[in-house]
Amino acid sequence: MAFIDIKDVCFSYDLEAGVKKDVLHHVSLQVERGEFVALLGHNGCGKSTLSKLFNGMLTAGSGQVLIDGLDAGLEENQLEVRRRVGLVLQNPDNQLVAGIVEEDVAFGPENLGVPPEEIRQRVDAALKAVDMYHYREHAPHKLSGGQKQRVAIAGIIAMETSCIVLDEPTAMLDPRGREEVMETITRLNKEKGITIVLITHYMDEAVRAGRVVVMDDGRILMDGAPREVFGQVERLKRHDLDVPQATELCYRLQAAGVNLPAIPLSVEECVGMFREMLGGRADERMDS
Amino acid sequence: MSEWILETKNLTYQYSAGTPFEKTAVEDVSIRIGKGEFIGVIGHTGSGKSTLIQLLNGLLRPTRGQVLLNGRDIWQEPKKIRAVRFQVGMVFQYPEYQLFEETVLKDLMFGPKNMGLSDEEAAARAREAAAFTGLRPELLEKSPFELSGGEKRRAAIAGVIAMDPEVLILDEPTAGLDPRGRDVLLAQITQYHKKRGNTVLLVSHSMEDIGRTAGRLLVMDHSRAAMLAPTKEVFAKGEELEKMGLRVPQITKIVQELRALGCPVDPSTLTVDDALKQLIPYFKQKLPGKEAGPHAV
Ligand SMILES: Nc1ncnc2c1ncn2[C@@H]1O[C@H](COP(=O)(O)OP(=O)(O)OP(=O)(O)O)[C@@H](O)[C@H]1O
Ligand SMILES: Nc1ncnc2c1ncn2[C@@H]1O[C@H](COP(=O)(O)OP(=O)(O)OP(=O)(O)O)[C@@H](O)[C@H]1O
Ligand SMILES: [Mg+2]
Ligand SMILES: [Mg+2]
Repeated sequence: MAFIDIKDVCFSYDLEAGVKKDVLHHVSLQVERGEFVALLGHNGCGKSTLSKLFNGMLTAGSGQVLIDGLDAGLEENQLEVRRRVGLVLQNPDNQLVAGIVEEDVAFGPENLGVPPEEIRQRVDAALKAVDMYHYREHAPHKLSGGQKQRVAIAGIIAMETSCIVLDEPTAMLDPRGREEVMETITRLNKEKGITIVLITHYMDEAVRAGRVVVMDDGRILMDGAPREVFGQVERLKRHDLDVPQATELCYRLQAAGVNLPAIPLSVEECVGMFREMLGGRADERMDS
Repeated sequence: MSEWILETKNLTYQYSAGTPFEKTAVEDVSIRIGKGEFIGVIGHTGSGKSTLIQLLNGLLRPTRGQVLLNGRDIWQEPKKIRAVRFQVGMVFQYPEYQLFEETVLKDLMFGPKNMGLSDEEAAARAREAAAFTGLRPELLEKSPFELSGGEKRRAAIAGVIAMDPEVLILDEPTAGLDPRGRDVLLAQITQYHKKRGNTVLLVSHSMEDIGRTAGRLLVMDHSRAAMLAPTKEVFAKGEELEKMGLRVPQITKIVQELRALGCPVDPSTLTVDDALKQLIPYFKQKLPGKEAGPHAV
């Protein structure tokens, strides 16, 4: 049984005067325990909406959302679902609730009924994982944008849910911070087996997932390994997405008639390929 | 007078000055920005970028030092500081919180109306600005709260552009936009900058975006201005940038590695297009297909 099992889900927001906005159209998606899935798609395609169905913040209009076998649409399952799925919201300001950073991070575990001594440990560990331990006694609203984002992530890490859904967690981070968050996520996935769903507009982050799901206008458009999905450069671009710069470069080199052994997905892969291709020969040229 | 539109002299800002929580966010920054320049502002999280730009448009008052706009200290007459905010328009980080009216259109009209324009003029400005940022017209009658993250972003940017400021400051405007939205918005900002000849400051954590737009870069590091130099010069200093938590654009990293392998490519190449112009001929000559015998090295 899949850990997240979304069956034929439709969702609409109720606008005033009985008007509805249909956002999700018959979406089905299964995520296995321990997977690392990147969720991509144009602005407004329904990623955040879908992510809120995962932890019961929103309830499907029709169809079913099963989390670890529990129907997330049922009121009585709310707490159990939230024990299993932690959601880092798109905007950290929506998540930060307390007046002090460490209280904020403690909020989630407290709500889950974790004993106080353990909360202390979890909070410290989570703040260290995002490199914000130093700021534990600061006021969240006085932090910079990127610092708030890290605290919001720490808050979810501290809940130790078996699945973490992150809605654009690196949107406000500097390059090193992004790398650190990606490393933290990867580590939680690899070492603790935590199921990760990462919503992102950064293609170079998505290539690090084990699986990439692309949404378009409330439907699932593509679903596969990063190499499969990012091999379809034109198709992604038609749907407002992109590929990493390394992929773009090599794809266009190939289109221009340059023979390449593969299309790389990252800078490292790309450089490695070039090194193999012209290591020896390029050196000769330098000498001449 | 000078052609410097903005100048700071020993600019310093402390949050909660004189309390145990005192925090120096901007320290001794002296920079000059020319009329019509497109400046990229980069720096690690918490380096002081947002604080600095709020000093530039008079939202924060310096603890020490000065901000000169067209050669005049903006705090010379504190009562006139509002006028500075119209001249130096600012799109905040998380600008979605600047949206508070009943409809998106009303929100976009707010700034122009505040400047004294009539409803009609304000609406015209609002529609123009919406089109400029790629906000679909049917969204104008909606409540801002019904928009997606990316749509709210466009609306907030449109709200500032509707005021047609002389200096436009954007604090991470593309964070949260999908790749196409990011490309379109950057192209539109670049176009707007070219057409109006106004000055633009773009704060961003995307080295790729900065690399293809800005003429000069201001690098903030631990509250100080560490560099202010042409974009290519800054991105030639990859190691220094790494120490500051920054990186060079991915494409620049690739060409720099290629150069180390002996490929004669410009190490300060900042865009994929530019890289291709150099690499297609290079690789074709270097690695001809087996059938392309005559060109083999
Ligand atoms: N509370 C709401 N009420 C009404 N409509 C909403 C609400 N929240 C979102 N929508 C609409 O639902 C659609 C999907 O929004 P959602 O936030 O899920 O998109 P998204 O894929 O997360 O986009 P982004 O990449 O911009 O964050 C959008 O068209 C948006 O305008
Ligand atoms: N209202 C405030 N009160 C106290 N300290 C603050 C306040 N706002 C920001 N700071 C602190 O000032 C420093 C600079 O913050 P600023 O927001 O200018 O950084 P930034 O470069 O814009 O960061 P980011 O890239 O994360 O947006 C940070 O250490 C931050 O914690
Ligand atoms: Mg979203
Ligand atoms: Mg900032």
